[in-house]
Amino acid sequence: MTIHEIRDKMIAASVYQVIIGLEVHVQLKTESKIFCGCSTEYTLEPNIQVCPVCAGFPGVLPGFNEKVKRLALRTALALSCEIAFFSQFSRKQYFYPDIPKNYQISQYDLPLAKNGFLKIKAEGKIKKIGITRVHLEEDAGKLLHAIGSEALEYSLVDLNRSGVPLLEIVSEPDLNSPEEAFFYLQELKPLLRYIEVSDCNMEEGSLRCDANISLRKRGAKKLGVKAELKNMNSFRAVKKALDYEAKRQEEILSQGGEIIQETRLWDEKEELTRPMRRKEEAHDYRYFPEPDLLPLLIDEEEIEEVKRSLPESPAQRRERFQIQYSLSDYDISVLTAEKDLADFYEAVVKEYVKEKKLSPQISLKSQRRDRPVEQYYKKIANWVMGEFKAALKTVKNSIQEAPVTPVDLARLIIKVEDNKIPVGTAKKELKKAMGIKFGEISLPASATVISEENAIKKVIQEVIQENKEVVEKFHQGKEKALGFLIGQVMKKTQGRAEPKLVNKILREELLDTGRQG
Amino acid sequence: MELNELTARQLNERLQKKEIKAVDILESVFRRIDRVEGQISAFTSLDKKRAIDVLSSLDKKGKTEGNSSLYGIPAAVKDNICLKDGKTSCSSRVLKNFISPYSAAVIKKLEEAGSVVFGKTNLDEFAMGSSTETSFIGPTHNPWNIEVIPGGSSGGSAAAVAADEAIFAIGSDTGGSIRQPAACCGVVGMKPSYGLVSRYGLVAFASSLDQIGPITKDVYDAALVLGVIAGSDRRDSTSIPDLPKKDYTTSLSAKVKGMRIGLPREYFLSGLDSEVEEAVREAVGLLEKSGAEIMDISLPHTEYCLPAYYIIATAEASANLARYDGVRYGYRTSRQMDLGQMYERTRGEGFGDEVKRRIMLGTYALSAGYYEAYYLKAQKVRTLIKNDFDEAFKKVEAIITPTIPAPAFKIGEKIDNPLQMYLSDIFTISVNLAGLPAISLPCGLSKGKLPIGLQIIGSYLGEEKVLNLAYAYESQTDWHRRKPKLT
Repeated sequence: MTIHEIRDKMIAASVYQVIIGLEVHVQLKTESKIFCGCSTEYTLEPNIQVCPVCAGFPGVLPGFNEKVKRLALRTALALSCEIAFFSQFSRKQYFYPDIPKNYQISQYDLPLAKNGFLKIKAEGKIKKIGITRVHLEEDAGKLLHAIGSEALEYSLVDLNRSGVPLLEIVSEPDLNSPEEAFFYLQELKPLLRYIEVSDCNMEEGSLRCDANISLRKRGAKKLGVKAELKNMNSFRAVKKALDYEAKRQEEILSQGGEIIQETRLWDEKEELTRPMRRKEEAHDYRYFPEPDLLPLLIDEEEIEEVKRSLPESPAQRRERFQIQYSLSDYDISVLTAEKDLADFYEAVVKEYVKEKKLSPQISLKSQRRDRPVEQYYKKIANWVMGEFKAALKTVKNSIQEAPVTPVDLARLIIKVEDNKIPVGTAKKELKKAMGIKFGEISLPASATVISEENAIKKVIQEVIQENKEVVEKFHQGKEKALGFLIGQVMKKTQGRAEPKLVNKILREELLDTGRQG
Repeated sequence: MELNELTARQLNERLQKKEIKAVDILESVFRRIDRVEGQISAFTSLDKKRAIDVLSSLDKKGKTEGNSSLYGIPAAVKDNICLKDGKTSCSSRVLKNFISPYSAAVIKKLEEAGSVVFGKTNLDEFAMGSSTETSFIGPTHNPWNIEVIPGGSSGGSAAAVAADEAIFAIGSDTGGSIRQPAACCGVVGMKPSYGLVSRYGLVAFASSLDQIGPITKDVYDAALVLGVIAGSDRRDSTSIPDLPKKDYTTSLSAKVKGMRIGLPREYFLSGLDSEVEEAVREAVGLLEKSGAEIMDISLPHTEYCLPAYYIIATAEASANLARYDGVRYGYRTSRQMDLGQMYERTRGEGFGDEVKRRIMLGTYALSAGYYEAYYLKAQKVRTLIKNDFDEAFKKVEAIITPTIPAPAFKIGEKIDNPLQMYLSDIFTISVNLAGLPAISLPCGLSKGKLPIGLQIIGSYLGEEKVLNLAYAYESQTDWHRRKPKLT
């Protein structure tokens, strides 16, 4: 056995219980920001969705976007929370260039909702994970400390994200393994997408997760000292970071050591956590009620109305799929993972039934015993999960944008059934139908990366002309001057120039100017 | 009489009769500025060209009938109210060259009414002070005696109106910053009910206390300007929703017969200057003669106003002023270093002593472990103070007090003694804590030839009663017509 294997064995037979609580931040899908009219659309071009309010200019005031309340309410109710009739915004104060006011408008002692739960499936059993609180806040901007691999001498501030509505969902420390944490996130994300409150795109930052983890001896009542983990960019990373941290803490404790309460950052490359700040270095946020905003008032009627408008949750849908279509657990989990896919599946079934002029079947479990399960449910599921989903993935299209409609697919399946075309041809046809249309869809100009050498060269030459003193410094051997020049190029191209090319061409051009000089 | 000496009402009449042009008013104002501004220093910046352009185009349109009563009348605005493409310095180094990308709601309302901003007036840095001495550009001088403070923080606005360098001005009042300088300079200043005038574009000092209001040459003009600037604003969540448009001048009947007026005994205790007390009692006597019924009342929590105010106001200010950090706009230290030092030096060099003192007080009051003892306690006291007024207004329709405990003091006299300075606002602070409307109007001159102010406080949204009572007093006296002699 290797040392690692021995260690893993020891952990498996651990005397410690892992306690995990998750803090999930989701961006709410509103058209405009929480306290101003700026667009919330994700964009690479920096500082174009900014106004005096979300840039924290003198004299501005926040105006609450009522649509945010509705989405927050949907989420809180989908998580079975108690809604506060009276909740309040507070100012959370700390200095950092990504929060323009140097305080964040958030909720503190009077959050929007409390005491909810989310059911997860762990080791074949259903487990109820408590939701401590759900509260609203504004997102911060973004800082850029490097362009590509080039560290900058200064930092760039992008306030496009500043003021995007965020919902923080805090779980109880009910999760007892990194796997459970992973399952929790895997249950939460589709739920939020089903109820259409967030895109939950971790790459674009519309879903972010921090984790609190501590260990205690099995049977002990008192919680151990916790570490807060940040900087995980995927659900897998959350699990890996928790795995690492559980082992780290276990090692310390089993050797009689003590855990220090601290915030630790996950290093994705090295696959380990590093200390960021200790408890005693923790901020005193000096919270106090936001005097520029009125308390958030919600009445019974509004709650009832939102409740009525909530769609089926993924859990409810899974249950229904099992009863209605008698599909396998695996098929159900694939089909219901995304609301759009489940909707698409059901639409194909409907069209199929229509085309075949079948009487609509409602094969409830009770009836199933005396009636054979409709074979076409499984057949359609195979097409949707297989060829259709694969094609969708290849062309990176969303289901709404897919050129193939449920009718198209239903007809194609029927054609195959009727032996009008062979399966292989039908699959090819489907791919073709999905692919051809894709060629017609072009990316918006603002999102494209400039990778054309001549275009970048032109900008670089301008920058060199405009910054002769800095160029001079570079030639005197000041490598830092390069960082500044790169920054200028990125500024002119609004961050769209390919960093590697900028670096390469800039060095070439600088050499040229050096020779001329 | 020169045009610059007239009120908005008088000028409006002449404009209506086409005796004068709007541009003539501005020219007259600037002639006066050329002559006396060197002594007064009421303004932080002037923009004659901009004003002339707007007013001459109004003159060209020529139509005067049916126009608003501020049509063609230029405005001086306190320099903590944002003016698009104009300087908004807050009399602070940290915003010395700041150009606002937008105009405040009040400025838009003034412009819609046909007025135009021709100058921004001096203030205590970020409106923190009672003497206009903490301004980064230097103090404003009182037109009645240039060795004396004009009051503050809207000292520039009050001095400009008193010196006839402006027809009217706009100020802001967090703990008395309109009323106290109005009293010091012998003009009329009104703080409306909290939420009546939009705060959008007013650089925040203490958000739950700040209100914008007029400083004018008489009560009629105060009613006139208030009617223009009041109103609901979606962008200010604390502005009162669905306010109907009101012409406050229509409530000026000067009738006070049977009106019950309360004199709070806590405001007439020792420490009140005898000349001030005499003048205020005389004014009350006059109203009594006109048929008002004078009653002795009590506001029992008065002594806690000042401490509660200095906790709430500084706590809010400590957060409101956090944004001046050198990152996005305004002053940044020239000594470049790491982020923490950049913040420290920018703010250390950018803010004056009084601002720093208040930021530190407020930061302390909100710190973990002190929040309950200070901030939360102060909020409870604030509720008690509000309750005091609620109780009082069950018995009376208006409350009369002195505006300031003594006539204005000499420049430099109290600048090193913040506690003495804070006492200047002892009679005005409670009104902000309770969110009520109040006016200050001249009611006498001291032996040293300095103005004395009478404060009339109304119930929430009781602006009309306040204005009418003030108008009734003013109609029987001529204090508002007295002018300082400037050479």
